[in-house]
Amino acid sequence: MTPRGRLRLYVTDSTVLSERAIANLSALRDGVLAGQYDLEVIDVLEHPEAAEAGRIVATPTLVRLTPEPVRRLVGDLSDRTVVLASLGLSQARTGPSGDPEP
Amino acid sequence: MKPPARIERLATGVDGLDAITSGGLPAGRSSLVAGTAGSGKTLLAVQFLVAGLAAGETAVLVTFDERPEDLVRNAASLGWDLREHLDAGNLAIVDLTPPRGETIATGEFDFGALVARVEAAVARTHAARVAVDAAGGLFTHFVDSGLVRRELARLIDCLRTAGVTALITAERTDEYGPVARYAVEEFVADTVIVLRNPLGRERRRRTIEVLKLRGGGHERGEHPFGIDDRRGIIVLPLSGLESGPDAPLRQVSIGIEGLDEMCSGGIPGDAITLVHGPSGAGKSLLACHFVQAGLGAGERVLHYCFEDSRDRLLRHAEAIGLGGLREAERAGRLSVVSRHPERLGLEDLFVEIHRAVTELQPRRLVIDSLSVLDRVSSGAAFREFVVGLVDTVRDHRIATLCTHEVASDGGGEAVTHVSTMSDCLIALRFREHAGAYRRTVQVVKLRGSSHDLAERELRIGEVGITVVPRA
Repeated sequence: MTPRGRLRLYVTDSTVLSERAIANLSALRDGVLAGQYDLEVIDVLEHPEAAEAGRIVATPTLVRLTPEPVRRLVGDLSDRTVVLASLGLSQARTGPSGDPEP
Repeated sequence: MKPPARIERLATGVDGLDAITSGGLPAGRSSLVAGTAGSGKTLLAVQFLVAGLAAGETAVLVTFDERPEDLVRNAASLGWDLREHLDAGNLAIVDLTPPRGETIATGEFDFGALVARVEAAVARTHAARVAVDAAGGLFTHFVDSGLVRRELARLIDCLRTAGVTALITAERTDEYGPVARYAVEEFVADTVIVLRNPLGRERRRRTIEVLKLRGGGHERGEHPFGIDDRRGIIVLPLSGLESGPDAPLRQVSIGIEGLDEMCSGGIPGDAITLVHGPSGAGKSLLACHFVQAGLGAGERVLHYCFEDSRDRLLRHAEAIGLGGLREAERAGRLSVVSRHPERLGLEDLFVEIHRAVTELQPRRLVIDSLSVLDRVSSGAAFREFVVGLVDTVRDHRIATLCTHEVASDGGGEAVTHVSTMSDCLIALRFREHAGAYRRTVQVVKLRGSSHDLAERELRIGEVGITVVPRA
């Protein structure tokens, strides 16, 4: 079994964009990404030092910490195709059109 | 009608900047410093913070372009220890340079994290000063310029709410074009300062101009500045220095009896005396007499020569019986500095002279010769140098003798703007008389004093210069 990857989502509490990003990511985690990633959500207003350490400028930002290479996904994650491609979703689990299987 | 509320100023501590902004930057507001690449924006931003730190204030540096370790290293080369302030918690650096690795856009975003980080750093350090270098950085990292402008405006708003005095730099592409790229000035509109580094007669010339200032009252026009390897940027206010009440006129001896008589006792002790004449007329020798007279009166003297080496100058002085110069130099009462102005911009030379004047506190200064400086610089840079020199010698009350070579027997003309800046003008000439040339001297101008206008014969012999008494 391959080890699970690590995702960290930086948000600013209760903004529309952040709520949208959390909703989009939750849907993916419970759907096509199920079992592949551990997810941590950080509110930069509460933990600016974590944003400092991660050198986060934009919110929301999703960082794929592992597997390498580290990738930073900036935005509310509404572009599902880009998100899945960036998270290295295996081809076997997507259909020929690029749409995820049910 | 009520007068407009007085805008409180924060003295920046940057040499000369406070003079041209009549006291400093608007306190609790953001000021924009725009300049082309290499114009000194980052240096000014860091120096603004360092001056505050030196005065016991706390500060935050927000950097978009240079990595913190590079900023710390560059500051260390000027003798500014940012590391110490970082460790002590007086200074925080917010690193907004793009991290390594790929960044992928997946939808809408804002710069909430950026603002949160700056706010947190300001709160943690209780910063009084913030520098943002450079605001344009975000535009190159993110394509949506409308978003970047909106978010930068938010950052500036947040700085204002925090009550900090901020200096925000922005890049511009043309020395005399739009204020800044991306029209950054539109949301930091209160105060705009422009740094320039134009090429004039194949030499870079640095200037600073306050385009607008909240509360008004700034000095108009471009002011030259130099960069000192220990004190950073030093602005030379062209007319910003207020002269104090006139001190009693001090007259000093030139060291040549007959010439002192022609000047009714001596030359001004806090202004420039210009000695002009063709090559070989005796200008440098006259300067040596002036130096010797000062040393004889127990004064400290600073002597800049641009045509001779230090050693040659001392040997020439010895050859005409002015042996005291070498001895005084050993004793530290005379400082002879030989420079090649071709290798040193006039701004930097001025900064060096200014520093030497502050350190040595001389009562006399020699610049031999101004014409060399004129030759190697653009006209504007030279004029500014002379104006800065006039201010310096007046403020420090230094009797200053400058030589100026005229092409041939130029008489009283030629050295126009220099002569208007000097309080005393002495012309040396060659005159043909009975088939032979002889040297003459004439006091053409002496401000605020009567003087003998006659042209007298000047002789150079084993005891140096003598003026032949009136028959």
